[in-house]
Amino acid sequence: MKRSHTILIPEMLPIHFEFIHQALEDEGYQIEMLHNRGPQIIHTGLRYIHNDICYPALLVLGQFIDALQSGKYDIDKTALLFIQTGGGCRASNYIHLYRKGLQNAGFGNVPIIGISVNGFEKNPGFKLSIDIIRKCGCGLVYGDLLMLLQHQIRPYEAVKGETDARVQAWIKKIRQMMHRGKGLTLAWLKKLNREIVKDFERIPCVARERTKVGVVGEIYMKYAPLGNNDLVLFLEGNECECMVPGIMAYALYCVNMMIERIHIYGGNRLVAAVVGILLWHMGRMEQTIIDAVAGTKFTAPSSFRQIRELTNGVIDYGVTMGEGWMLPGEILDLSELGYPNIVCTQPFGCMPNHIVGRGVMSKVCERDPRVNAVAVDYDPGAARVNQENRIKLMLATARSNA
Amino acid sequence: MGISKRSLRAGLDIGSTTIKMAVTDAGGRMISSMYERHYGLVREKAVQFLQFLQKEYRGQDVAIAVSGSAGMGLAEKLSFPFVQEVHATRVAANQLSETVDVAIELGGEDAKIIFFGGHPDARMNGTCAGGTGAFIDQMASLLHMTPEEMNKAAKEKNRIYTIASRCGVFAKSDIQPLLNQGARKSDLSASIFQAVVNQTVAGLAQGRAIKGNVLYLGGPLTFLSELRKAFDETLGVSGICPENSLYFVAMGTASCATEATDLSEAIKRLSDNTLQPAFHALPPLFQNEEEYEAFQSRHSLAKITQKSFEECNNHFFLGVDAGSTTIKFALVNQYGELIDSKYEQNNGNPVKKAQSYLQELYRRYPGINIYGGCATGYGEELIKNAFKFDYGIVETVAHFISARRFDPNVDFILDIGGQDMKCMKIQNGAIDNIYLNEACSSGCGSFLQSFASALDYPVDEFSKKGLLAKKPVDLGSRCTVFMNSSVKQAQKDGAGIDDISAGLSISIVKNAIYKVIRPGGLGGLGKHIVVQGGTFYNDAVLRALELELGVHVTRPDIAGLMGAYGAALYACEQYDETQETAGVISRDEVNSFACEVSTTRCNKCTNACSLTINTFSDGRKYVSGNRCEKAGSGRHGGDKQNLYAYKRKRVEHLGVLKGHKDTIGIPLGLNMYELLPFWATFFHKLEIDVVLPPISNRETYLKGQDSIPSDTVCYPAKLMHGHVQALIDKGVKNIFYPCMSYHMEDKRGDNCFNCPVVAYYPEVLNANMSAITDINFIHGFIGLHKKRHLPKRLWRLLNPIFERITLPQVKAAANAAYSAYAEYNRNVRQEAKKILRKAKHHKTPVILLAGRPYHIDPEINHGIDQLAMQLGASVISEDSIKIREQSEITLGIFNQWSFHNRLYEAAHYAATHDNIYFVQLVSFGCGCDAITTDECREILEAKGKMYCQIKIDEIENLGAARIRLRSMLAAAGEHKGARSGEESEKAKRKTHFYERDEAQPYYPNP
Repeated sequence: MKRSHTILIPEMLPIHFEFIHQALEDEGYQIEMLHNRGPQIIHTGLRYIHNDICYPALLVLGQFIDALQSGKYDIDKTALLFIQTGGGCRASNYIHLYRKGLQNAGFGNVPIIGISVNGFEKNPGFKLSIDIIRKCGCGLVYGDLLMLLQHQIRPYEAVKGETDARVQAWIKKIRQMMHRGKGLTLAWLKKLNREIVKDFERIPCVARERTKVGVVGEIYMKYAPLGNNDLVLFLEGNECECMVPGIMAYALYCVNMMIERIHIYGGNRLVAAVVGILLWHMGRMEQTIIDAVAGTKFTAPSSFRQIRELTNGVIDYGVTMGEGWMLPGEILDLSELGYPNIVCTQPFGCMPNHIVGRGVMSKVCERDPRVNAVAVDYDPGAARVNQENRIKLMLATARSNA
Repeated sequence: MGISKRSLRAGLDIGSTTIKMAVTDAGGRMISSMYERHYGLVREKAVQFLQFLQKEYRGQDVAIAVSGSAGMGLAEKLSFPFVQEVHATRVAANQLSETVDVAIELGGEDAKIIFFGGHPDARMNGTCAGGTGAFIDQMASLLHMTPEEMNKAAKEKNRIYTIASRCGVFAKSDIQPLLNQGARKSDLSASIFQAVVNQTVAGLAQGRAIKGNVLYLGGPLTFLSELRKAFDETLGVSGICPENSLYFVAMGTASCATEATDLSEAIKRLSDNTLQPAFHALPPLFQNEEEYEAFQSRHSLAKITQKSFEECNNHFFLGVDAGSTTIKFALVNQYGELIDSKYEQNNGNPVKKAQSYLQELYRRYPGINIYGGCATGYGEELIKNAFKFDYGIVETVAHFISARRFDPNVDFILDIGGQDMKCMKIQNGAIDNIYLNEACSSGCGSFLQSFASALDYPVDEFSKKGLLAKKPVDLGSRCTVFMNSSVKQAQKDGAGIDDISAGLSISIVKNAIYKVIRPGGLGGLGKHIVVQGGTFYNDAVLRALELELGVHVTRPDIAGLMGAYGAALYACEQYDETQETAGVISRDEVNSFACEVSTTRCNKCTNACSLTINTFSDGRKYVSGNRCEKAGSGRHGGDKQNLYAYKRKRVEHLGVLKGHKDTIGIPLGLNMYELLPFWATFFHKLEIDVVLPPISNRETYLKGQDSIPSDTVCYPAKLMHGHVQALIDKGVKNIFYPCMSYHMEDKRGDNCFNCPVVAYYPEVLNANMSAITDINFIHGFIGLHKKRHLPKRLWRLLNPIFERITLPQVKAAANAAYSAYAEYNRNVRQEAKKILRKAKHHKTPVILLAGRPYHIDPEINHGIDQLAMQLGASVISEDSIKIREQSEITLGIFNQWSFHNRLYEAAHYAATHDNIYFVQLVSFGCGCDAITTDECREILEAKGKMYCQIKIDEIENLGAARIRLRSMLAAAGEHKGARSGEESEKAKRKTHFYERDEAQPYYPNP
């Protein structure tokens, strides 16, 4: 597959995926990130997947088929790749639904690769090498930091567009380093992260009054601009500064889940110990971001451990489907960090969100009365004006609270 | 340019249906106000309002701010400050003299609750929630009343019916049958108001108590005193509707205005028509007039042969199709030629319409001989009984019979009526598969009508406007509530009425194709497609369908009458030449016919169904509303062949108290239905009595509805709030409801997960039910799939409350519980075997009602099992099927949920056995079923069997389910006949009667 196929990947995190792109490319794969947008994606998705399926699945399939139909790719030499989560929610079924959809659309022969933490899918012709994993791991750290800084500076930048330009420059630089096999150790992460922060500190800023908003929610809706209708840009256009918790915390949550499971239901202690070591190492990677930002004018994110601590007593750690206990945890954490105004993005009818989103919101507010949250549903039929109106209500409350 | 103290402020509140303006003086008093419906012409109305300001307050500075969902775009365009409407309400309420605790505001399309005291909070309805002004308007037009008349009528209420108010479509399916059964309008009006109250409380309060000083705001609450009363009674408060309650938002908005505005500049900018439309446009329906004319002449070919009364030899048959909003009549001769027909609104009283039609027939054609009558549609039973018709057939069959007349090779029928959508696939001369629209996805004819009237157009004119629209709006294919906001958005983006009209027609078609039929690719529908139903008189819809499918279809000129015509043909087919007597009520009987309607509650069993009794003038009675045969007849079919009843009985039996000192309550819902045999034994061994809440009913739901945090979660989950509340009301001090990510390990699927809602709902109850803090709510995590680890975990959960319990005791109890659970499952399977044997012996059909454990709850299944029994079928459940050779089933999905794994096995069993009909019960909002339904369908269709799905929610009425089950059984019967190749006696006779035209197609397909 390496030589013969071009692998298409739907975009979710615009910055982070640049590094994943690099990691796969260095391994010899031909990669293309899908940036196609527009209403025809929703239409295509609706046509080939059950209407009541989660919106993210519909968008990703829509994006795949739309790309394949565009005529830009040689169908016999194209493969698809996406990253899926597992567990008891519908997401573990995405690959099967995509296969069915592709079959119905006449692309039954296009191979599709599902990468998941648990590795429950066999993907002939595609192998996750140690190099890919290392590069992706570090890429997530760099991505988290760049995203954090971008969100904290862009609303205040004196020259419009400077922040984004700086982000792009760093993406380019880090990709080049990765290509040369550099920047992939803990020491490198520490060093480079500090450099990045210093560089961003130099961007001239203007004091502007901004409402601080945290964005949480279902993983795809939270990050993907295609899914949430450019939520961050919308908020910034409405005089807000955003904080979107990084993906490292989510990765830690997924790994931690394995230990939690053994704790509750019993199982091999040795496995728990090994996973514990992995968790510790990932924690050290995450810590490089915190250390680099702490003490500067920027707000440093909290560690996974801190978020977990905050959640104690609000919801059981056994709740692990979807975003699980992590979602209320992130809300409480954002409020602690000074972002008590929350947009909780969720696909319409998302099952885990009935529990961890709306379900425990009252408990979260009870714990931290500063929290001012709005849950926004996204689906193929929801009109943007309604979503925006609800967010504006949250903002009006935020401003009258201030 | 700041604003001086003496200048005026104006607030514009542009909602989804109305535009309001309040002008306040420097002291914040309102000095003038305006209120108008805008019918989508937001810009034009805004200009009028601004011109009024300019004229009235010439020379004074006016500061303007805008609010409301439809005002956002306007504010952007004029750079006026935009104030979110809930925020505006809050500002205005804070200016009132008395302190306000809660404000409830109902608007055109939204509902809001604002909490002031303590932790201030504001809630708006979600994207999928009705119970608003538009909902009341929609219901009013259904009752042929104005909202004000409803208010007046509601004062005379006798009783309240249960009406779902989640959205208009749901409510309609509750109200329409009530109307058809003759329920009083005063009771219905009051019930509708009550439904709005329930919706607001359940959807918005989300666990927070509404008490103290309550403020009622917005149009509906201002104008409808009975609605306010319903709120008062439900909430136990006496709320106030302040002066200027209509202009509350506008006043709050006004006081947020800061800068004086240049009015003439604003008017100029608004009147500027060169606004670039920014909405997503679809290709037009017709490129030009010529194309439309060609289309018209092509369709004018599908014509039925009409004969006058005099041309025939007085041998007639009558068909009546009593639909949900209309009633249709067709009179044919023995050759199936049409003599007379009528199509009219039933105005909620189909019996009266049918009577006057019959009278008209007898008057117009003295001496007419009607040899047979057949009724179909929602009101089939009522009409058949009232007028002594010989036959009643299910409407799908009627439609098929008539479609065959227009195209003998028909292989697909698409029928879009006012309320429902039916699609039938025909194979080998019999109905092969049926698709009906779900209660939530109806984008049907009445939908177009309500949009037309909302925009102030007659429906004909409205749809004609769309034919030559240049840029039809892309509105997607979702339910009506979503469509409302999409239309709003399109208007905001500058779409014209014609573009919206065309867009709506296209979206109806897309709804039918992608939501109801969902063919994998479009080739699968068929080559000979006949479309029918009143909606297809609309050329725009017809054209949109042809464009979407890429084929030409047949639209009979009697598209709206096809049900009635088919029924008449059926009566004709059934006619036996030896028959002497007339097949319908005689002339004298018709003239003296009268019908009295009364309502009562059946007290023959615990269901306590509300009955509607029609008493005819000759003393005959027709009873409806009953779930079982007990009502009226006194006859009882028995529960012997009903596995659902068996399981219910088993579970109820487990709630018998044994007299132990310690007690523990278990809410009877979700997975507990299946696990009760386990837990009952477990606690019994530990000498703890298990207390169960009463079997659920509507009251159970209402008891807990105010603490439901997510209004889109499935109904079975919502019921859990009521169950826990019921237990607390019983005085139970300990409630046991553990979280379980996994179900029992059964080594059958890829994993044994529970769905997220089943797994974690105890967390939701714990977080949202305030009453829970006073008791021990044991909701920790346990894993039944790990037998070895479980006792320790359970002991840790229980020991703090029951200190006497030791770990060895828990171990022993758990072992006993596992055996009891296994035995229960064995018993269920044995019982199923018995039922299957007996059904085979008597050659009666078996319906495999495949759901999940909680679907045996009578409040969740609404008595579908009993309905199936009424139709003469036996009922078994999904968990009674265990297939030995699991490897035979190949699945295209990841099979990880225990409860769903059984569905696939059951589907496979039904697919490979004769006389077993697979009916899947699906709860609205169940995410897993988006996966399971397609998979089950594929399993069945691969073996050439029919798949049938019934979506259930709060809706009480089983009308749609009845049609579906009957059609399935009828189609299955016909299908069998067709497959075996035998030609029945009746089929032979059929040809005898049709010999004149030899089943010539009236319209050859291109």
